[in-house]
Amino acid sequence: MLEVQDISVGYGAIAALHGVSLRVGAGEIVTLIGGNGAGKTTTLRAVSGLVKPRSGRILFDGRDITGWPAHRLVAAGLAHVPEGRMVFANLTVLENLRMGAYLRRDRAEVNRSLGHVYRVFPRLEERQAQPAGTLSGGEQQMLAIGRALMSKPRFLMLDEPSLGIAPLLVKSIFERIVEINRDDGITILLVEQNANLALRVSGRGYVLETGRITLADTAAALQDNPQVRGAYLGG
Amino acid sequence: MSEFLQQLLNGISMGAIYALIALGYTMVYGVLRFINFAHSDVFMVGSFAAFHVAPRLGSGAVAGGMAILCVAMAASALLGMAIEKLAYKPLRGRSTLTVLITAIGVSLLLQNVGQKVFGAEPKAFPAIFPSRTFHLGTVVVNSTQLVTIATTLLLLAALHVVVHHTRVGIAMRAVSFNATAASLVGINNDRIISFTFALGSALAGAGGVLYALNYPSIDPLMGTLPGLKAFVAAVLGGIGNLAGAALGGLVIGLVETFVSGTRLSTYRDAIAFGILIAILLFRPAGLLGRDRVEKV
Repeated sequence: MLEVQDISVGYGAIAALHGVSLRVGAGEIVTLIGGNGAGKTTTLRAVSGLVKPRSGRILFDGRDITGWPAHRLVAAGLAHVPEGRMVFANLTVLENLRMGAYLRRDRAEVNRSLGHVYRVFPRLEERQAQPAGTLSGGEQQMLAIGRALMSKPRFLMLDEPSLGIAPLLVKSIFERIVEINRDDGITILLVEQNANLALRVSGRGYVLETGRITLADTAAALQDNPQVRGAYLGG
Repeated sequence: MSEFLQQLLNGISMGAIYALIALGYTMVYGVLRFINFAHSDVFMVGSFAAFHVAPRLGSGAVAGGMAILCVAMAASALLGMAIEKLAYKPLRGRSTLTVLITAIGVSLLLQNVGQKVFGAEPKAFPAIFPSRTFHLGTVVVNSTQLVTIATTLLLLAALHVVVHHTRVGIAMRAVSFNATAASLVGINNDRIISFTFALGSALAGAGGVLYALNYPSIDPLMGTLPGLKAFVAAVLGGIGNLAGAALGGLVIGLVETFVSGTRLSTYRDAIAFGILIAILLFRPAGLLGRDRVEKV
């Protein structure tokens, strides 16, 4: 479904990615693990069109999408829940969700998606009239994921969904992520500091170090890999 | 007492015009984070557009007046969109200072082209609405003031509906809060920015017509002073905040009018700028603005 071919990305004179390649097949959950500044977020930003790669190609469903603006990729079925959630704090929860369906014209279909999001995250329905800025971190994460689902994506990228969230909620959010993949058939690319948790729900994973992919394997193999255990899984 | 009521009415009517112009400054700041100094000249073009279509659309009747107002708003909206597309869009991603200096350049360009096209000498603006004077006790109510206040209220109500209850209006608030997140839900930021310019410029065009009704002598440099005062109003209310811009406009209009009625009347223009200095010193976020850390 997604194929990243040898992309390099730089911010000014600083290079963030040096020839990263990875692929995600339809229906998979794939995790990208790596330390701070390894280039995980930059990889996702390149795929969703927020930064333009200096070289390399990105294919989505076999189509070359390199250099497409972000809003056009949403129409193609790609959704990105960015690091730090970026909910519209000045809009209500419901307005945030409706903005998620910005490109969809069929009202009945949009309302069906809204009902679906409320079933996945009942907390959002209770808070629908509240400004999103008044939600807790965990609720904002639910909203960010819900908003992404409202675009009816086929491919979803999640950047650090556990960051700054109470441990109990983290578990629940990861259960929802697995459901979204299994029940809705949405392919997922996950970036996560909590590598233990991420590998447990994923089929495969990539290890990113200073802008390069250093390991690619099944999640089970990565969990057993002594190097990975030492560096990312706490021994 | 009657003098107070008289000045109150004059102040509200003046404040209404400042509010209309201030909204454009604040909306553009909301999506692009810079002050569009050419906005005051869009206001000027609004009154000239009305001046030129007035003979053809029949002045002096309510329907004709409304039609003239609509044409002026449409012309201003088109001008605002054209300015954004030609002058500001190519600078997307550049520093705010670059865009700010460009805005000053566009302002000078419009003023000088205005003098070339419309002529530099002042023109007498026709009474495009029926004009009448009412006496409520000792207070003199001019129908022009009523038209000004009613039109402004109508436009503010319409703006509220657009911003809170339409897809494009909510998208405008989304872009203004976080442009990156907006593009990630599929919003084409360029289109929303263009729409914002159209909306703000239309309001400035309406302001231009209402201003010319109250001060019926128009010239290509007429925008500068009301524009600057409306800018102060936007800062006073909290730049980026729509309700703040309306409130700020009202406050500036009232203060200015009441000062005019005292022995300090020669300082009426200085008052607005005194307020600007005071607000920047003591409450930079404005009356309704919230302190927000600028993101980098």
